[in-house]
Amino acid sequence: MIEVEKISKTYNLGTQTVHALKEVSFRLAHGEFVSIMGPSGSGKSTLMYLLGCLDLPTSGTYRLENIDVQILSPDQLAEVRNRRIGFVFQNFNLLPRASALENIELPLLYGRVSNSDKVAREALSKVGLAARARHKPNELSGGERQRVAIARAIVNNPALILADEPTGNLDSHTGEEIMEIFKQLNQEGVTVIVVTHEQHVARYTHRILQMKDGEIISDSGVPSC
Amino acid sequence: MLIWVLFKMAMRSLIANKLRSVLTALGIVIGVASVIAMISIGEGARMQTLSTIAKFGTNIISVKPGEKKNRHVSTGKVETLMLDDAYAIQENIKLITGVAAQVYQSGQLKYGNKNRSSTIRGTGEKYRRLSNFKMERGRYFNAEEVRSTRKVCILGATVVKHLFEGEDPIGQTIKVEGHNFLIIGTMVAKGALSWYDPDDQIFMPVTTAQKRLFGKKYVQSIDVQARHIDDIEAIKGDIEKLLRKRHRIREEKENDFYVQNSAEWLNSWGNAAKTFTYLLGGIAAISLLVGGIGIMNIMLVSVTERTREIGIRMAIGAKRREIRKQFLIESVLISFLGGVLGVILGVVISRTVSQMGGWDTIVSLQSILLAFGFSVMVGVFFGYYPANKAANLNPIEALRYE
Repeated sequence: MIEVEKISKTYNLGTQTVHALKEVSFRLAHGEFVSIMGPSGSGKSTLMYLLGCLDLPTSGTYRLENIDVQILSPDQLAEVRNRRIGFVFQNFNLLPRASALENIELPLLYGRVSNSDKVAREALSKVGLAARARHKPNELSGGERQRVAIARAIVNNPALILADEPTGNLDSHTGEEIMEIFKQLNQEGVTVIVVTHEQHVARYTHRILQMKDGEIISDSGVPSC
Repeated sequence: MLIWVLFKMAMRSLIANKLRSVLTALGIVIGVASVIAMISIGEGARMQTLSTIAKFGTNIISVKPGEKKNRHVSTGKVETLMLDDAYAIQENIKLITGVAAQVYQSGQLKYGNKNRSSTIRGTGEKYRRLSNFKMERGRYFNAEEVRSTRKVCILGATVVKHLFEGEDPIGQTIKVEGHNFLIIGTMVAKGALSWYDPDDQIFMPVTTAQKRLFGKKYVQSIDVQARHIDDIEAIKGDIEKLLRKRHRIREEKENDFYVQNSAEWLNSWGNAAKTFTYLLGGIAAISLLVGGIGIMNIMLVSVTERTREIGIRMAIGAKRREIRKQFLIESVLISFLGGVLGVILGVVISRTVSQMGGWDTIVSLQSILLAFGFSVMVGVFFGYYPANKAANLNPIEALRYE
């Protein structure tokens, strides 16, 4: 479902050119549960942004569900992000002035989905927070906020969930609860990619991509299940 | 509905920054209030001018004596305008409906034991129609009574009210400056203007007033009514030519009379209203401009403050035009809020002006809609640049913004 061929990303910082990604290639099948590991500055966040269609590679090709992403317009990319991809961030990134339910509803509204209130409530009860619908993010605990963020990510039934250090701001117990939710989602057939530098988080996944200096240095390979 | 949610969110963000929103809207408030006040005062002045013209008669050209000049130094009014000039105009000038020569001065009226000082106006038989007076009772004097200097008079409504108090004045005798006059009619009240009460006077044949009361050989004014407003300029020229010939004024000398029409002197009054209107118009334009810049400024701050929020929205699939819409809604909402407050303030201002200046103002629906239209336009115009800036942010940089 994901085909990445020799993609590079370079940033021009004034006079300096930074090679964030150097000709990275890999493939991902439908329903995989993958973690991308590596120290900070290894290019894993850049890779995640590219996979999430928030940015385009400088060179190389990226195909998501057999669509060549490079040829899409900014609006079409927004549509892909809206319908096919769900993001979960380390710092939750919820809108502070909107309630939990409204945060979850937002992707549906941008996607012009009818019946958004009902769909959003379903997503909220799926992460076990039906009772917190009217609460603002600052009235929720860290774990609850991340659940709301996950509910927002899955509300449009995406094919791919991208999680950037989803347990980074949580204690280990809550972190495990969050990883259990990802595991559950993966079992239901969603492809999940987790960016992390924590070994015990990566242990939940079936495949680990190790990155260093903009290159994949090891790939545990597709499990034979 | 996305638009409704965006509206709700914009509302929430304005309420979260109450003081900031109100201060930002202040420029628009003043601008819109000025537009409303400007139009309502201007409209009121126009209506008042029209009703004043109607009160004094329409299409009236006045001929007045000029000043006596000795080596360019004014030495007093000349007494050159004669009753015969009025007859000459009546006979020789085309396109007119009537001429009325006038003498007038203040004088003492006495009926029974009551006294009153009023204007005594000696004039011609056409005067009533020229100046839009209507008879309440009795009749107006005729040409024959003018010719034979008859001692008859017609009373204005104010005079009737003060001297007769419900008694019927028709057929009674009134003492005017010690002379007995027969009352043959009364006038319908026109209503007083702030500086002048046209009903506080009595009317009599011009000849009677000249010979029996004032001892004047000249007249103080000759009113001429044009058949049509478009003919006024031509008639003025003809009158000037005729009078110069009759007064034997040599070509290089100036006129010893003035010719002006009623609209002209009303204009000078209307000009004051116009100046006021332009002043308010200037204030309106400047405050709308400054208000618009204020909105742009605050919206730029708001975009910077919410860079991260914009990044989140983009990550979950907001298109550029949807981000743009969100910020445009917010800036229009600010200017709309300013518009509402401005309309209220504008109505209060025009009410105050009409109360303090005795000056009618008319707040029309049109002016309110116009002001609202302006404020929304300002919101869109000055909100577009910040909204566009938000829409063109790079999603990743926006997400990473601290």
